[in-house]
Amino acid sequence: MFSEIAEYFRTETLPHMWCPGCGNGTITAALVRAIKTLGLDQNKVVIVSGIGCSSRLPGYLDFNTLHTTHGRALAFATGIKAAKPELDVFVVMGDGDSSAIGGNHLIHAARRNIDLTAIIINNNIYGMTGGQSSPMTPHDKRATTSPYGNLERPFQLLDLVQAAGATYGARATAYHNQLLSKLIIDAYNNPGFSVIEAISQCPVSYGRRNKFKTPADMLLWQKEHGVTAGRRALEEGDFLIGEVFNKEAPEYTQEYEKLRQRLKGGAR
Amino acid sequence: MSKARLMQGNEACAEGALAAGVRFYAGYPITPSTEIAEIMAEKLPLLGGTFIQMEDEIGSMAAVIGASLTGAKSLTATSGPGFSLKQENLGYAIATEVPCVVVNVQRGGPSTGLPTSPAQADVMQAKWGTHGDHPMIALSPSSVQECYELTVKAFNFAEEFRTVVIMLMDEVVGHLREKVELPESLPVKNRKKPTVSPDRYLPFANDPSLIPAMANFGEGYRYHVTGLTHGENGLPTGKPEVTAKFLKRLTQKFDPYLERIQLWEEANLEDAELIVLAYGCTARPTREAVDAARREGLKVGLFRPITIWPFPSREIAKYKGRKFLVPEMNTGQLVGEVERVFGFEGVERLNRIDGELITVSEILEKIREVMSDVQ
Ligand SMILES: Cc1ncc(C[n+]2csc(CCOP(=O)(O)OP(=O)(O)O)c2C)c(N)n1
Ligand code: SF4
Ligand SMILES: [Mg+2]
Repeated sequence: MFSEIAEYFRTETLPHMWCPGCGNGTITAALVRAIKTLGLDQNKVVIVSGIGCSSRLPGYLDFNTLHTTHGRALAFATGIKAAKPELDVFVVMGDGDSSAIGGNHLIHAARRNIDLTAIIINNNIYGMTGGQSSPMTPHDKRATTSPYGNLERPFQLLDLVQAAGATYGARATAYHNQLLSKLIIDAYNNPGFSVIEAISQCPVSYGRRNKFKTPADMLLWQKEHGVTAGRRALEEGDFLIGEVFNKEAPEYTQEYEKLRQRLKGGAR
Repeated sequence: MSKARLMQGNEACAEGALAAGVRFYAGYPITPSTEIAEIMAEKLPLLGGTFIQMEDEIGSMAAVIGASLTGAKSLTATSGPGFSLKQENLGYAIATEVPCVVVNVQRGGPSTGLPTSPAQADVMQAKWGTHGDHPMIALSPSSVQECYELTVKAFNFAEEFRTVVIMLMDEVVGHLREKVELPESLPVKNRKKPTVSPDRYLPFANDPSLIPAMANFGEGYRYHVTGLTHGENGLPTGKPEVTAKFLKRLTQKFDPYLERIQLWEEANLEDAELIVLAYGCTARPTREAVDAARREGLKVGLFRPITIWPFPSREIAKYKGRKFLVPEMNTGQLVGEVERVFGFEGVERLNRIDGELITVSEILEKIREVMSDVQ
């Protein structure tokens, strides 16, 4: 129910700008429910985003919100977290935003293992600019800039950030909304760089071109192909949902604080 | 009481930033600016601040803006290629009115150019490097002492006017060693904080001062920051009347303060028939050349803009009827601003783009040539 989470919204900004059937709305609700469950101080929560349909998310929410430039959300967030580690920083990005133009910041945020909770809304397309292919568009799928089918192969995003040093990775979908909320809570509780791949539907710029007649067809696709680990063997087109990895490693802002303390003690 | 120290320009810039209260630095190494990063890496953790070497200059500029939003005075330093990479987020900082200081120790360009040689080729980039109409403050020191003092001023302007301030240095001034008098203290300004309660706070208010109060993230004033055109509450809008109001305030916000922002030095202007307008490293040989010309009885003066942007057009407009000579280490950039005031007639250029400083004798020779036309 919206009324249960309305206090976290800038209700004067509603209705939102997303198309009917878009996954961004339900993912927003999952994030807000996670923040509510965590009981975080609204004044200490910062939500940072890049540019894209998904990145319009923070504007609707009543926190400290920062809508930055395309691909750079994690770099802005790094400045915020490094300068004021007591803030709870969530970063919302699109698939193009995080893995194409922002790919460099993504792997370096992972390498630093800086305590940010990153939510990548993966709709497999550049939604905002009208359906061009992204580094997450599956092979053979159609986009306005791959009208004959995508020749390139997509990233395995969670493998990528794990290899780069992130300490928590998980996946859910717009359909698996409660799971998504739970994973956001776990990601927040991981003291390090956490990435959640939230698979979403863009019926307008992706679905129409790729044989999904309605948004509901896309949600059904998420339901059928999202598999919890151990539930059954993965088949062609399936993907794991739930926690994918969870490790320990030194966290950047804590290491920096240790340095400050060491220097206070006169050590060099 | 002040202390005298022998210092390099880049070091003086870093010391100035510390005196102004810098607490955050993000950067990416590039000659001839790297010393600033190295000093920050050593000093900031000692002061409870943060230094971070980012993955590139785009990220550095982003991190600086993020840190400043939490209240930390923030700095980044770079040179030509890195300055180009910073431009998109530099425009973001201007549009969102987040204070920060960007140092560009200019080197020869275009492209990788002459990494260890001086140039003054980023004058127009400093003003127009980022897209869209926008206001800009850029300061140009010509001595090590000035690197120190102007960096303090740069932070003060950034904080007071909620904007990006560019320290437009050059390789000569950045790497020069000179004696510096470190004043015991210089006036330090901090951003204006809101005095109203959070529910009444407008982060981008069309305040009569043109500079809205700025709350820091985490202090209870929750608001939205976006590079999209926004209303007084920070939320995006496409409404023409709101857009017009916002852009009018943004682009005119320095106007009431020009008297304080526009800094310059002048010498021998009263009876000067020829005014040599020079800035940064080029002002050093110019000063000597003007003195030598005076000894020859030539009526020549010096006008040295310290604030390059906004260019002090009104001030030089007072010298209508005099000739101007503008030596600069580029193919003619700031001279265009002089021509905007007087037209092409009577405005002479002297340019050098080979990575070598313009010499005293070159300037003196040009002065003699122009003066012989006058007589
Ligand atoms: C530097 C820059 N390049 C290009 C754009 C244009 N642009 C805006 S959104 C976008 C793609 C967004 O795709 P994605 O990140 O997947 O987000 P979505 O809209 O799908 O949520 C692009 C290319 C831009 N705003 N800035
Ligand atoms: S274009 Fe796609 S991603 Fe963007 S709002 Fe519409 S449905 Fe959502
Ligand atoms: Mg997308």
